[in-house]
Amino acid sequence: MKLMRNILDRIKPHFEENGTLHKLYPAYDAFETFLFVPNHTTSSGTHIKDSVDLKRTMVIVIIALIPCLIFGMWNTGYQYFSQLTPDMNGYKDSYTLFDSFIYGFWKFIPLIIVSYAVGLAVEFAFAVNRKHQVNEGYLVSGMLIPLTMPIDVPLWMLALSVIFAVVVGKEVFGGTGMNILNPALTARAFIFFAYPTKMSGDKVWVSSAESIDGITGETALGQLASMVDINPTSQNIINKFGQFSSDGVYSLYNSFMGFVPGSVGETSVIAILIGAAILIFTGIGSVRIIFSMFIGGLLMSYIFNIFAPESNLFMSLNPFHQLCIGSFMFGMVFMATDPVSAAQTNTGKVVYGFLCGVLSILIRVFNPAYPEGVMVAILFMNVMAPLIDHYVIEANINRRKKRLQMKLLKS
Amino acid sequence: MDVKISKGANIKIKGSADRVYANHTEPEFYALKPTDFHSLIPKMVVREGDYVMAGDVLFNDKKNEKIKFTSPISGHVLEIKRGEKRKILEVKLQSDDEIKYKKFNLSAPDELKRQDIIDFMLDSGLWPFIRQRPFSTIADPSQQPKAIFISAFDSAPLAPDNDFIFHGDNGLFQFGLDIITQLCNGVTHLNLDGNSNSNKVFREAKGVQINNIFGPHPSGNIGVQIHHIDPINKGDVVWYLSPQDVLTIGRCFRDKKYDVSKIIALTGPKVLKPRYYKVISGSSIKGLVSENTSKDQKRFISGNVLTGQRIESDGFLGFYDSQITVIKEGNYSEFFGWLLPGFNKYSLSRTFFSWLNSKKEYDLDSNTHGEERAYVVTGQYESYMPIDIFPVQLIKAILIEDIELMENLGIYEVDPEDFALCEYSCTSKIPVQSIVRKGLDIIQKEFS
Repeated sequence: MKLMRNILDRIKPHFEENGTLHKLYPAYDAFETFLFVPNHTTSSGTHIKDSVDLKRTMVIVIIALIPCLIFGMWNTGYQYFSQLTPDMNGYKDSYTLFDSFIYGFWKFIPLIIVSYAVGLAVEFAFAVNRKHQVNEGYLVSGMLIPLTMPIDVPLWMLALSVIFAVVVGKEVFGGTGMNILNPALTARAFIFFAYPTKMSGDKVWVSSAESIDGITGETALGQLASMVDINPTSQNIINKFGQFSSDGVYSLYNSFMGFVPGSVGETSVIAILIGAAILIFTGIGSVRIIFSMFIGGLLMSYIFNIFAPESNLFMSLNPFHQLCIGSFMFGMVFMATDPVSAAQTNTGKVVYGFLCGVLSILIRVFNPAYPEGVMVAILFMNVMAPLIDHYVIEANINRRKKRLQMKLLKS
Repeated sequence: MDVKISKGANIKIKGSADRVYANHTEPEFYALKPTDFHSLIPKMVVREGDYVMAGDVLFNDKKNEKIKFTSPISGHVLEIKRGEKRKILEVKLQSDDEIKYKKFNLSAPDELKRQDIIDFMLDSGLWPFIRQRPFSTIADPSQQPKAIFISAFDSAPLAPDNDFIFHGDNGLFQFGLDIITQLCNGVTHLNLDGNSNSNKVFREAKGVQINNIFGPHPSGNIGVQIHHIDPINKGDVVWYLSPQDVLTIGRCFRDKKYDVSKIIALTGPKVLKPRYYKVISGSSIKGLVSENTSKDQKRFISGNVLTGQRIESDGFLGFYDSQITVIKEGNYSEFFGWLLPGFNKYSLSRTFFSWLNSKKEYDLDSNTHGEERAYVVTGQYESYMPIDIFPVQLIKAILIEDIELMENLGIYEVDPEDFALCEYSCTSKIPVQSIVRKGLDIIQKEFS
């Protein structure tokens, strides 16, 4: 610690004004403040300041993501090993929890490394170029992006989507705090529309499914989307829908626990709820958004239940089950709550969350081309959030104007 | 009227003053600081070396020369300290051994009319105690306010306890109130701390409307009280003053001399024995703090930790302040401070494990705990802003200097001190109070 401090103090003059490396000062500063909370003291206003800062805030979100991360690693291995047959390479008679975790760990670590390395490189480049400090925003985006990807996504695609997200999603608007769209969702949307074959179908959600015949894994949503508008009495459909009953692959229990194929972080509702508890307890995630989005999704699913025609089994799925599949929960807790792209007023947050929930289910069920409605719904509501805020603020302004009018009338 | 406030917080900082009076040696030096009066441009009357008595004019308000600022003690003008662009910062005085007071003429108190009161206050130098909202500048004596507000309590961190200070008051407060109430045709509000049983002096005050305010800081802020009791619309003016100022005004009317002694609290984590002291306004703090503070590198604040002014160890008490706070200067860097569990790092959020021990009081220092960033976290200011405005949106309106939007969002109802908790808790470390001050200055300039 002392040694680190001494090294930093020794090289600091090179980066300061008139130093040979002054251009790289933002990079040095980012590194120094990463290691040490700086010795700055208050100069105006309050003489004391709260201990919390943006780094702390971001690190709490990462901690909240750890349950999803660990579960996602394990589930990657589990989905893989459970599909292997004795004639395949890597088959094991018995595999432990640890085997699955280690398999997933080695599969997933490259994604995290690429995401952080590429994303932070772009951030540093922008910071140096624009002479501002490196913001902490990417610490969370860098973790969220790989968690929303299929495990086998090619690394170059991941890198490309990260660059797109940081540059177009964030930096062109002025960096962290200025963006309109959620950067992590921007990355996912980019890869979804640019390389749809890598983001849908039954060959991407389980590790090595593309290279090994016999391994497949459709997501629950993909299954449901394929059942729409087909004679519901056919044996094929009955079999398929049977997978959603209590002893099927996509049962409520499996979906809740997360023993299903899907993007790495999204499958386990229970891991997501642990994250939600951390975010809500520390006050970092907006409970208004999380709760109202849940209500919105639930309500929409109920309405679909009521009006479901016989030929649409998707609509008739139990509302709780509906919310547990796909990335609804993950989006609700980690994506919709991004404070920069969400509505900013307290009333606005409730409206925003509710509409996110309603639209997610609406898009998911009525547009099977996008089996994941949550992503599109949240991005759409990101764009709408300033409008919601505008009306909330306008109401406050009108209250004040009315008070002034009342006073003028009296006198 | 009862007002309940739920938004806000009481910061858990060590070093509140014990309810004991301590003695100290009479300070030799005093100062009147024009910078204590916002937007004041002083016009000097005395020169260095002049002899003044307590109550003699030191300088006037350049915009309204009737408003006089008088010497709190008798002695010589030692120095007129100037800063950048020759701005006058301090008029420093060296005190006589015994204070000689200038005699003022005044007819019997019962026969006083509003104008007589104002004239006496202007002449004697009492007028600057009366301030106005919006803008928190010295009130304009030619105006009629719609109401007068007096907050009987201060909810700021480590604030002096008025119930203790007013213990044993023998009618002087009521005498002062009777004078103040004549300044306004409207109601004079006396706002009491609903959380505790206030001193009888306040509870049984006559001629005023008594309101009970419940809830955490900033419930004691005059701006918050005005908002809930009789909000300011565009064009309204409300006058306000503190209870000790009422006492001072009462005393000066009774004795017909300018005697501005008051009781202050010496507080803060770096004070060895936090106590109450009887001092004269503008006195040097040197004698108070030289023996009674720890050996660390310290910051001395005239006022509280949220809104006070930084002064030197031999600096002077501010005109409106009745509190001195001493904290540690936080110029240290902390290895991975943002990552460690933080059992000892106080935060209003629950991002550090210090929430486990909610009763503990902390030795808070002046470290910023991070660097300034753009706004990311939302909803934070709203939980500490008991006024029905949108704080972040108002601040953004000020930053883009959109006057109409500022008015629409309610800038007349706020004061920098109302944003102090927002600034304290801000994750992005935005200097909120100075932004709000800037907004008010823009508005004031636009309409003057």
